[in-house]
Amino acid sequence: MKKIIELKNISKSFDGELVLDHIDLNIYDNEFLTLLGPSGCGKTTTLRIIGGFEQPDGGDVVFMGERINDVPPHKRNVNTVFQKYALFPHLNVFENVAFPLRERKVPKAEIEEKVNEMLALVKLSQLAKRRVTELSGGQQQRVAIARALIGHPKVLLLDEPLGALDLKLRKDMQQELKKIQKATGITFIFVTHDQEEALTMSDTVVVMSEGRIQQIGTPIDVYNEPKNAFVADFIGESNILDGIFIEDKKVRFSGHTFTCVDTGFKPREAVDVVVRPEDVDIVPEDKGMLRGVVTSVTFMGVHYEVIVDIGGFKWMIQTTDFVDVDEHIGLYIEPDAIHIMEKSEYSGLYGDYSSFSNELDELDAPVDAETESEE
Amino acid sequence: MKQSVQFRKGRGHHLLLAPYSVWSALFIVVPLVFIAYYAFTDNNFAFTTENITRFFTTKSNVTAADGSVSEVRTYLLIFMRSLKLSVISTALCLLLGYPTAYIMARSSDRAQKIMLTLIMIPMWMNFLIRTYAWMTILQDTGILNGLLSSLHLPNIHIIGTESAVVIGMVYDYFPYMVLPIYSIMAKMDVRLLEAARDLGCNGVSVLRRVIFPLSLPGVLSGITMVLIPSISTFYISQKLGSGKFFLIGDAIEGQYIANNLHFAAAMAFILMLILLVCMYLMKYFTNRHLYGGGEA
Amino acid sequence: MKTISRIYTALIFIFLFAPIVILLVFSFNEAKSLSVFSGFSLKWYRELFRDEATLSSVKNTLLLATSAMVISTVIGTAASVGIQRLRSKFYRSVMNTVTDIPMTNPDIITGISLMLMFVFVGRLFGAGTSLNFWTMLIAHVTFCLPYIILQVLPKLQQMDPALPEAAMDLGCTPLRAFFKATLPEIMPGVITGAIMAFTLSLDDFVISYFTSGNGFQTLPIRIYNMTKKTVTPKMYALSTIIFFVILALLLLTNLTNNDDARRMKEARRNQNQTKT
Repeated sequence: MKKIIELKNISKSFDGELVLDHIDLNIYDNEFLTLLGPSGCGKTTTLRIIGGFEQPDGGDVVFMGERINDVPPHKRNVNTVFQKYALFPHLNVFENVAFPLRERKVPKAEIEEKVNEMLALVKLSQLAKRRVTELSGGQQQRVAIARALIGHPKVLLLDEPLGALDLKLRKDMQQELKKIQKATGITFIFVTHDQEEALTMSDTVVVMSEGRIQQIGTPIDVYNEPKNAFVADFIGESNILDGIFIEDKKVRFSGHTFTCVDTGFKPREAVDVVVRPEDVDIVPEDKGMLRGVVTSVTFMGVHYEVIVDIGGFKWMIQTTDFVDVDEHIGLYIEPDAIHIMEKSEYSGLYGDYSSFSNELDELDAPVDAETESEE
Repeated sequence: MKQSVQFRKGRGHHLLLAPYSVWSALFIVVPLVFIAYYAFTDNNFAFTTENITRFFTTKSNVTAADGSVSEVRTYLLIFMRSLKLSVISTALCLLLGYPTAYIMARSSDRAQKIMLTLIMIPMWMNFLIRTYAWMTILQDTGILNGLLSSLHLPNIHIIGTESAVVIGMVYDYFPYMVLPIYSIMAKMDVRLLEAARDLGCNGVSVLRRVIFPLSLPGVLSGITMVLIPSISTFYISQKLGSGKFFLIGDAIEGQYIANNLHFAAAMAFILMLILLVCMYLMKYFTNRHLYGGGEA
Repeated sequence: MKTISRIYTALIFIFLFAPIVILLVFSFNEAKSLSVFSGFSLKWYRELFRDEATLSSVKNTLLLATSAMVISTVIGTAASVGIQRLRSKFYRSVMNTVTDIPMTNPDIITGISLMLMFVFVGRLFGAGTSLNFWTMLIAHVTFCLPYIILQVLPKLQQMDPALPEAAMDLGCTPLRAFFKATLPEIMPGVITGAIMAFTLSLDDFVISYFTSGNGFQTLPIRIYNMTKKTVTPKMYALSTIIFFVILALLLLTNLTNNDDARRMKEARRNQNQTKT
């Protein structure tokens, strides 16, 4: 695969606050790459540096082998779909899409043809003469994509483009974006704080936190083999426990020694152990590797979310079997359900469900969604 | 809760609105009717169109610089002169004010605040005083000529010319042009400008294709706010024009002083109608330009 | 580019402030000349303070501006609440149009129209001169009202409509709900409107000119009468004092607005961060 963009040792501070801490990242041709992380992790800044709207304090941005640090945005073969679309309110749909072509003094007939073609691609042919302020969020979104694609950029930058849409529309647009990316063969760099969105759409996920890249990998890799407690917690639900690596394929945590599939750690090394809630089986108490008391059960539709107290540590388990609160149960964990990670600065911060409550989660959600867009 | 429902459906807001409704009917609408009434009546309040026709037909003799005498329609000439001077002044305000607003909007927060205050300070000085100050500057024995003399340059005679009146108008109404344009530019979404750069615009074409069209409403209200007071002014021309030529405002004031209220009303009526038509046309054309399908 | 815009801005501000600086300087001139500075003197200030007519016009102006501000703020705020609650689109657009009239009409027309009405009504009642303090007050309230509404109405529209409802739900009468929930929310608009009304009234010449009688002279009219004859630098002294009063007021409001400014800055910073 051909490297299209390289970020080499990029740093950036705002008002003395370090936003990007020596980032290295390679982006390949034809790839759908997602920058994923919570607000303030530096993902949007990374995008803006690629787009040319911010200058890095240190490091190089390389585009197809050429250093482009000093190339202004309008001379970069990169286009952006902005967070709240940034459509020109004084121009109609057609003129918004035609904007870059008119700048290049493309002949009128050709503009007509290309814009109509592009509007057909994003299914907006009917609305060409409409004012953009009269469009729904989803339609504005399509205009923004059409406008960014019409100049055939090598790379399309998308800054939380689905953030303003409701859930149903979001899912549809996810599919559509993926389709457009496949159809055009353009490299997409997508910024989101929504882990599910990142997993469903991307070829490569870049997990960021506090201005650093935590992990780069395929969606399956980052889910199954998280590098540290932050990644494990940010992507999906996980029980993260303090453990001791005994020897290859043997790890001890929660007072029990488990068989696992991991190798390569030092004997007696302190490690973080991740067990996904859906990988734990509930068995009768006497048959369990671990024993505990159920403290809460929440019906989630397809499954139950069960919180189990095991020696003071609250586990989350997702199961289709019904158990009752205060029931004593046993847990059984397959060797390949156990994932071992090196200790990191994030150890001990995540993975205990003792303060967990669905209700609180929901209360948090809207606030989150609002602040998320900000970094 | 019951109260709340009652309040929303009740007549509470009519009561609140009542004083203003009565006030604006009595002191905004009725007086305008009085203008029309006076314009179309004579001193005994009998209907007549004489005041209106007088505006269009009164003739007088004008002596040109070369001594030749020609006959002109007095009030039409005065009106055209007002129109000419106010349009020139408005154009100059726009020409000088647009870059000022643009520079202000692109400055740092602190600089913006300082410049805004500086622009507004002269506005807070009474316009009679401001105009009078220009008179003392532009006089033949004034500061400008004093300055020119000390530089051994020939003196210029500017007081009592149309240029002096234009200077006064531009000076007095300049802030009214800058402020609306600035406030639109300062609020402009930075992302739109970034989007334009992203889509291939250099600095000049961002200005031409995005900033300018988006700032048009500010330009329009700036033009309105300069044109209306400058076309109807009656003090600037008396002081800076040395009373040598009348503008429509001076004509109205003159008739008021002479207690010719009916003719004064007729001129005010005509001026009002013309301005209304101008404003309507301006709004119509900006709307078309703004949303009529862009540049295609 | 940067230097060009610096020079340009400097020239603009020189143009704006040259007349004011000249006023300031020549108010301290010993001689009567308005172009040659012959020596420092406070003589014109002394003369100004001996000028009874000017002093009483200052008093009149303040009285008129304060009255106009209070009346227009009360009527205008009540009207804004009323307009905000109007359901009928028709009435709403009628109200908006009427409110626009004094702002878009030239002052000379507003002045003339009010004068004509006052004269006409005065004649009906057989009064000799119908123009006095009260006609001026009516005129000033009339041109101030739209500015109050212009400031207050947007604040009402930004306000959460549930606020007064919540207050009433919690037991307030509608009137108390207005004072306890609505008014504090729209206060910045009311204050800005009131300040605008006050300054507009202070500064107005044209409308006052047409609606004032012989007995009641405001400062702008006094200035007008002074500049009709040859002017002594006394006028400059007066302008200088006005200038410094305005400057002091501006600085004062800037200081008191600091809190506001800080909040705005914070909001702006958040916005900036969105962009990063």
